[in-house]
Amino acid sequence: MSSTALLIKDLVEKHGKNRNSLMPILQGIVQEERYLSEDAMINVAKELDLSTADVYGTASFYTFLDTVPRGKNIIRICKTISCHMKGKDEIIETVENMLKVKVGETSHDRNFTLLTANCLGWCHQGPVMLINDDIYPDLNPGKATSILEEYMKAH
Amino acid sequence: METNVLKKVDIIFDITDCDYLKILDRCMSKTQDEVILDIIDSGLKGRGGAGFPTGLKWKFTKNEDSDVKYVICNADEGEPGTFKDREILDRVPEKVFTGMAICGYAIGAKEGYIYLRGEYNFLKKNLQAKIDLFNKQTIEKNFDFTIFLRSGSGAYICGEESALFESMEGFRGEPRNKPPYPTIAGYNWKPTVINNVETLVYVSMICNLGPDKFKELGTKDSRGSKVFSVSGDTPNAGIYEIELGMPLEQFVDAFGDGDTKAVQVGGASGHCVPRKNFNDTIIGFEGIPTGGSMMIFNSSRSMYNVLHDYLEFFTEESCGQCTPCRVGCQQLLKGIEAVKKGDRKPSYLEELKKLALTMKSAAKCGLGQSVANPFNSIIDNFREEIIY
Repeated sequence: MSSTALLIKDLVEKHGKNRNSLMPILQGIVQEERYLSEDAMINVAKELDLSTADVYGTASFYTFLDTVPRGKNIIRICKTISCHMKGKDEIIETVENMLKVKVGETSHDRNFTLLTANCLGWCHQGPVMLINDDIYPDLNPGKATSILEEYMKAH
Repeated sequence: METNVLKKVDIIFDITDCDYLKILDRCMSKTQDEVILDIIDSGLKGRGGAGFPTGLKWKFTKNEDSDVKYVICNADEGEPGTFKDREILDRVPEKVFTGMAICGYAIGAKEGYIYLRGEYNFLKKNLQAKIDLFNKQTIEKNFDFTIFLRSGSGAYICGEESALFESMEGFRGEPRNKPPYPTIAGYNWKPTVINNVETLVYVSMICNLGPDKFKELGTKDSRGSKVFSVSGDTPNAGIYEIELGMPLEQFVDAFGDGDTKAVQVGGASGHCVPRKNFNDTIIGFEGIPTGGSMMIFNSSRSMYNVLHDYLEFFTEESCGQCTPCRVGCQQLLKGIEAVKKGDRKPSYLEELKKLALTMKSAAKCGLGQSVANPFNSIIDNFREEIIY
């Protein structure tokens, strides 16, 4: 059994074999693998006795349930107006230069995917970015650089 | 208002004299109807933005004949400019749980769910630990009510109550037709009370101190206080709890940077108020109601950029289910771009305003219906900035 299949088995056991568990199960897969592969969706459909199209239908609705491969770390920079006013463009530029990617792309070593996000709920402390589930408010280019360097060192 | 000073209060985050288990005991010594009457009597209206009377919602749900009912705490805080619910769940989560448990008792529900937006996943670990403790304490009291934590996955529309139920049931977050309303058919199509995070905290407060204490605050139409999320061009960005019913002018005096040209009240889906109207705009249900988002813009800002940002936001976050919203958002965005470039005459803006009003009456849910608020208020008040 593949590691994805094992993971799905665990998640189904934990959350229950019903449609109401679909979101927590998909979220659990993304937590581990950063995206939902075709195999994973087919497997979930089988486990929950749903059509694969149904699972894909739900998954493709949600920004955080990616159905294309992503890097090990997903960076989401808030692009909504308050963060825009506080200089999110410079943060995006800084990160793009460091990772040598544009928004929407994944770095060559597959360690990072850079995305923008709608309001992350830190308007009083913008600009702000999420890396995976961790939040980094009050950014400036220098601060963003050192945060990212820490992540790069870890790989 | 007698004074020219904002009436700041400290209820939501105040933790003195607030033993939540005692509050629960006191509630459970009353009948279900008495608890609901207290909430109705307090005049509390929902703090998420729509402002439906909380007590009535509870009463309708209690009156439904069903073995299974639910309490849901809507923590899918996604309105641009709002961050109060995150702060509340981070600092005083027990008050939220208590509000949920009181509601569970009053309407006869055994399960409560907190639907937390995916962007706030970093709160989950701490929150789950506190939920576990709370659940243990309610069991010890022989009070049959359990709270569960569920997560969103980055969809603004799931803050709309029926979309939130769809999401919890494993479907795309597409709003349902109403009626039936959640009080009759909500989560799992069972009678459901869904309240905003902040509303539930005021419930605990009302049950702790009595409805009269709450009624002392605010105005006749807007009882109580409200947590405001202040951002934009202000030296004092952050969270502030203020009595409802204040003129916007006072707010700008307290929070503006001296050069405020407009305030967006209620987030991207709210209204833009220009300087000339600050004095006769009341923040509350008798004027402009708000979920608490107050974005301040000074004269260095282009209102075209502000509107463009909001429209991009709505275009991306529209669920795409109904045509007025899906196509309307895209056309409004394209429309102002065309006017700006000179591809369309300025009079085209009148056509776009009509489109926005059509969305208001034809869109299926609050998202599409509210795009006309920012659109028409910004076009009406800052027309020249949109054209030139």
